[in-house]
Amino acid sequence: MSTFTIASIPREELLAPGHRMCQGCGAAIVMRHLLKALGKNIIVAHATGCVEVTTTLYPETAWRVPWIHVAFENAAAVASGIEAALKSLKKKGVLSYEKRVKVVAIGGDGGTVDIGLQALSGMLERGHDVLYVLYDNEAYMNTGIQRSGATPLYAWTTTTPAGSVWRGEWRRKKDIIGIVKAHGVPYVATVNFAYVTDFYAKLRKAAEIEGPTFIHAYSPCVPGWRYEPHLTVKIAKLAVQTGIWVNYEIEKGTFRVTTPVPKRLPVEEYLKVQGRFAHLTKEEIETIQKLVDEDVEYINKLAGATVIGPVEKK
Amino acid sequence: MGKLVPLSGNYAVAYAAKAADVDVVAAYPITPQTAVVEKLAEFVANGELHAEFLHVESEHSALSAVVGASATGARVFTATSAQGLLLMYEIMHIASTMRLPIVMGIATRAISAPINIWCDHSDFMAAADTGWIMFMAINAQEAHDLVIAAYRIAEDPDVHLPVAVGYDGFIVSHTIEPVNIIEKEEALRYAPKRVTWFTLNPEKPVTMGSLASPEWYYEFRVQLQKALESSAKVITTAFREFKQHFGREYREVDGFYTDDADVILVTMGSTTGTAISYAEEARKAGLKVGVLNVRLFRPFPEREVLKHIEEAKVVAVIDRALNPGSSFVGPLYSDIAVTAFKKGLDIPITNYVTGLGGRAVLKSHLDTIVKHAYGLIGKRMRDIDTHYAFVGVRE
Repeated sequence: MSTFTIASIPREELLAPGHRMCQGCGAAIVMRHLLKALGKNIIVAHATGCVEVTTTLYPETAWRVPWIHVAFENAAAVASGIEAALKSLKKKGVLSYEKRVKVVAIGGDGGTVDIGLQALSGMLERGHDVLYVLYDNEAYMNTGIQRSGATPLYAWTTTTPAGSVWRGEWRRKKDIIGIVKAHGVPYVATVNFAYVTDFYAKLRKAAEIEGPTFIHAYSPCVPGWRYEPHLTVKIAKLAVQTGIWVNYEIEKGTFRVTTPVPKRLPVEEYLKVQGRFAHLTKEEIETIQKLVDEDVEYINKLAGATVIGPVEKK
Repeated sequence: MGKLVPLSGNYAVAYAAKAADVDVVAAYPITPQTAVVEKLAEFVANGELHAEFLHVESEHSALSAVVGASATGARVFTATSAQGLLLMYEIMHIASTMRLPIVMGIATRAISAPINIWCDHSDFMAAADTGWIMFMAINAQEAHDLVIAAYRIAEDPDVHLPVAVGYDGFIVSHTIEPVNIIEKEEALRYAPKRVTWFTLNPEKPVTMGSLASPEWYYEFRVQLQKALESSAKVITTAFREFKQHFGREYREVDGFYTDDADVILVTMGSTTGTAISYAEEARKAGLKVGVLNVRLFRPFPEREVLKHIEEAKVVAVIDRALNPGSSFVGPLYSDIAVTAFKKGLDIPITNYVTGLGGRAVLKSHLDTIVKHAYGLIGKRMRDIDTHYAFVGVRE
């Protein structure tokens, strides 16, 4: 679907170097390209989290766009207020921006699917012209890898350790897209930066559409997922190739997979490169495979075709 | 001059926000504040107020949204009570240290548990250390006037702080009184809209609310303290200008019969009215009672308070709130006692906690307090065994 090519990626860096994100940080890649995709005419409201603390250590900042952080659970509410202020001040002739200023809320998985869910719901329901970006690294990484509602099944975290009784996280990842979609918003999409043109096209579309839009961005975490920093993009790609992550969009209710995967790799390929799954037994891996298969079946049903193929036998 | 209209305290506050031509309102309904939100919604619905009205899903989001709007350069308003204020508590600290000129009305109410919708000052006092400028109105007129003065003060380039205007739940919020309404043109002449603080603007990007390490955090907090201290001067100026514009005079504190008083009752909010009426009666009966009304609670007006109490024989501080387990019991008492102590005022300063959860503060209660206080005349603080008492409670 991509209307975007690598060559058309803007050269200007709106996320300045010198920030303190980890080597190989997935969220750093998300932020860099998010800013390139959206450009300068935005105002960012950021939830507390990894990116917030690592990019704005006073008196420095990595943000070359207007940016505000207030607290953990309220990025969507702060963004709502910014959007309302822009609207009000434009109507009163106080602000005279020629270009449309898009308000962008950014939160991690904890700040979005857990503590910030209520504020997010309010923002979506009220119909604010805000793009909400969730960068999902699947746990509370800023405080040191505690499970969140977005932590996947069997993942080791410091609060779901693998012991003789517990086998890592025992609940499945919260369906945030389903929750957001239920608010009847005009555009919802998942993005994975290993598929960079898809990433750009969706962020641009989400920003252009009037009203609340939502981007769920896959965001690997080196210390939290326990892998070597050079593997970030490889893991991101494996997530799509194994079908554990699917790139899709829902535009005005129409569902479309944007990265078809004719033949899937076994999910074990994805799990085995991450230390957070190192304790898994053969049976547990089979359980995850079964769940991925079911999810893929559901996706194909929504798509009305086999866009994600079967697992390729070795 | 404006026109005289019968208004409840809540409506008086809503009319003030309208007169201030606020750009963004975000509020969540809670008793006894609800009528403010309703009235503002009506103003917007009728085109009398051109503002974006955010039907937020909680008080936490109400304050968060006005933080965002204020940071974008809008004049903002919100209002709440009790549990709502406690839900805002986290963001109150952030709003003040981020130096955003937000104005909030607080229809004061008891905090849970037990759940209770009636008046006391537990909510207001819980916000006392959040870095906001805090006023307590004694009636609807004051609530109206102080909200307008609040914009003049909050947005002053030498202040840039949020301001809360408290007014007693039900007693003021729901009592209809004649209120001299300030019209928009007059309000804007007194408190013109000038955005003098940093705003979120793509043409001039700034980062707000960043992480401050031990190398920097301390300075931010000290700046907040300094800002509150220096706001005192602006508040005095704003009150002087208010008198010039509208004829009504406000001070940080008011003394009634304090000049020759043996016992001074220190009060806040609607209790002040009861206390003045009581003092007049008591004086006829030969008791030299004075009343000190504390209108400005933060920054605490020590100098003004001292002027009134330094000649007294006993100072009886009435609190409609409780700091359980503290050395001072009542929050207003702690400020009065420390103020006196700093100047070596060695007279009995006692605390009477009364009127919790909407229990009426009656003249008979005040009489009990004054009689008790009279018994302490001539003593020093160290001679008193118990410095506090509950008045009007079942034992």
